Amino acid sequence: MLNFLARRILQLIPTLFFVSILIFSLQHLLPGDPALVMAGEERDPEVIAHIRAQYRLDQPAPVQYVYWVKGVLSGDFGESLRIKVPVRELIEQKLPVTMQLAGMAIVIAFLIGIPAGIVSAVKKGTAWDYGANLFALWGISTPNFWLGIMLIFLFSIELGWLPASGYVPLTENWRASLAATIMPAFVLGNAIAAILMRHTRSAMLQVLESDYVRTARAKGLSERSVILKHAMRNALTPVITLGALELGTLLSGAVLTEQIFSIPGFGKLIVDAVFNRDYAVVQGVVLVTATIYITLNLIADIAYILVNPRLRA
Amino acid sequence: MTDAALGAVQVAASDELESPARRALRRLLRRKGAVAGLVVIATFIVLALFAPLISPYDPLATSWTLVRKPPSALHWFGTDDLGRDIFGRVIYGARASLIAGAISVGIALLIGVPLGLLSGYRGGFIDALISRITDAMLACPFLILAIALAAFLGPSLGNAMIAIGVSTTPIFVRLTRGQVMSVKVEDYVEAARAMGNPRWRIALFHILPNIMPALLVQATLSIAAAIIAEAALSFLGLGQQPPAPSWGSMLNAAQRFLTNAPWMALWPGLAIFLVVLSFNLVGDGLRDALDPRER
Repeated sequence: MLNFLARRILQLIPTLFFVSILIFSLQHLLPGDPALVMAGEERDPEVIAHIRAQYRLDQPAPVQYVYWVKGVLSGDFGESLRIKVPVRELIEQKLPVTMQLAGMAIVIAFLIGIPAGIVSAVKKGTAWDYGANLFALWGISTPNFWLGIMLIFLFSIELGWLPASGYVPLTENWRASLAATIMPAFVLGNAIAAILMRHTRSAMLQVLESDYVRTARAKGLSERSVILKHAMRNALTPVITLGALELGTLLSGAVLTEQIFSIPGFGKLIVDAVFNRDYAVVQGVVLVTATIYITLNLIADIAYILVNPRLRA
Repeated sequence: MTDAALGAVQVAASDELESPARRALRRLLRRKGAVAGLVVIATFIVLALFAPLISPYDPLATSWTLVRKPPSALHWFGTDDLGRDIFGRVIYGARASLIAGAISVGIALLIGVPLGLLSGYRGGFIDALISRITDAMLACPFLILAIALAAFLGPSLGNAMIAIGVSTTPIFVRLTRGQVMSVKVEDYVEAARAMGNPRWRIALFHILPNIMPALLVQATLSIAAAIIAEAALSFLGLGQQPPAPSWGSMLNAAQRFLTNAPWMALWPGLAIFLVVLSFNLVGDGLRDALDPRER
């Protein structure tokens, strides 16, 4: 187990190295001189020379990379070109907002996806199964930005039940906070619920055909007890770890959802940065997102081993 | 021999003579969902190809007297904030979406499959290098990577397709590599090697045809994801630029007029949903039809 853990953590180093190279090279995709782009309307040669020196653009790319990595490792992601605030500060402000949204979305996804998957597998071939499969197809195929717009139309404009946009922190007023985030969280959770439903269904179908479930039934246990105590416990282990890997979908979805519902989170930060050509912010956000994703991947792997005794040896 | 027995022999013989592609097609056409998906996709392709003949109005023609008119006999889907016919714009928008889906997945296949073949077949340092780069790309959430790339390349439909294609590439590298690893130990590959075939020939003519089914399924599902991604980038203003019609940019405009013109948001969203659903249905159907365990 310790060996596995050490090997798995060591593997992260080259991955993170390539992630950093990838993100660093994004800036070099810019057509033309980055200093000119950063200077914007300002074409004064002195200003451009100052920018070039400040961001070490006059140095070779590998040297620039080393400086950038050094900064990142000490928590310095650079400074937002537009609002002159450290990128780290911006990330610290926006990340908790997206985390609240992501947390609620995951809860919604699990509450819908897992029961739907279990019912679909237990009642295979019935109307319940077809209904659950249709739900999964709907969830996977609906663009979340369209779903968001339609929900705003229904619940905010037509029925007037929920606010169409804005954000209130949980600590300030939890009721208002939940009212503002329930729609975007549902939009985000919907697609993941569909994926979880499919995973749960196939895992349950596999488990329901296994010998120990047959033994449990042969012992005369009630169907409810067979499904809830024997089958579900084993089927859900891979589903929960696979669920953790859906964080990428969640963060991608957050970009558009936060835009539609005007939620000042991580997704909105990256879109605003893209439009303001605030490249340091784009790089910082992508790097943090990738690091979170890689870390969660690692945790999911470890959790999978921990809960599966056959893999522990 | 009885008639029934003769019939059985004939069926078995024709089944054996049937090519794998034909067998897969026959199985695919037995699946109602996949057939419905194929019909919807074919309809959208026809609409996109013959848009000038089918669309009743010019999708770019504005009219101040027709601003935000609800659906009617003259304008089936209503008109938008500039008085343009939404039905015509949805039909022309199909072009951007379908082209973006096909070209970006084409880019991903063109880069991803050769790299996956090289990585899986050669092994060693090249495999380790390609795998780590793939891991790094997969660590960045798909849409965030596509947005970052599109932003750095500049907003246009062409750049959006490149951004989506590059972001989709690691999926194909990983899939191809995994498939090659499982196929390269098969007897027929050993036989081809024993006959003295060069490596590139074995990879292209012996391994690639045998991993095509998995690639085909993934490509179909990836087109669905790419169409959503193109709509998302256009929605954010990073894809097709106005006034050219695109479902994503139509939704962006619609968001501002949700209170008094909700039809502006309904039709482009429904079009994206239908096309994406159809590609997902065909992808699922292909997966079942090409699964050897289903025989």
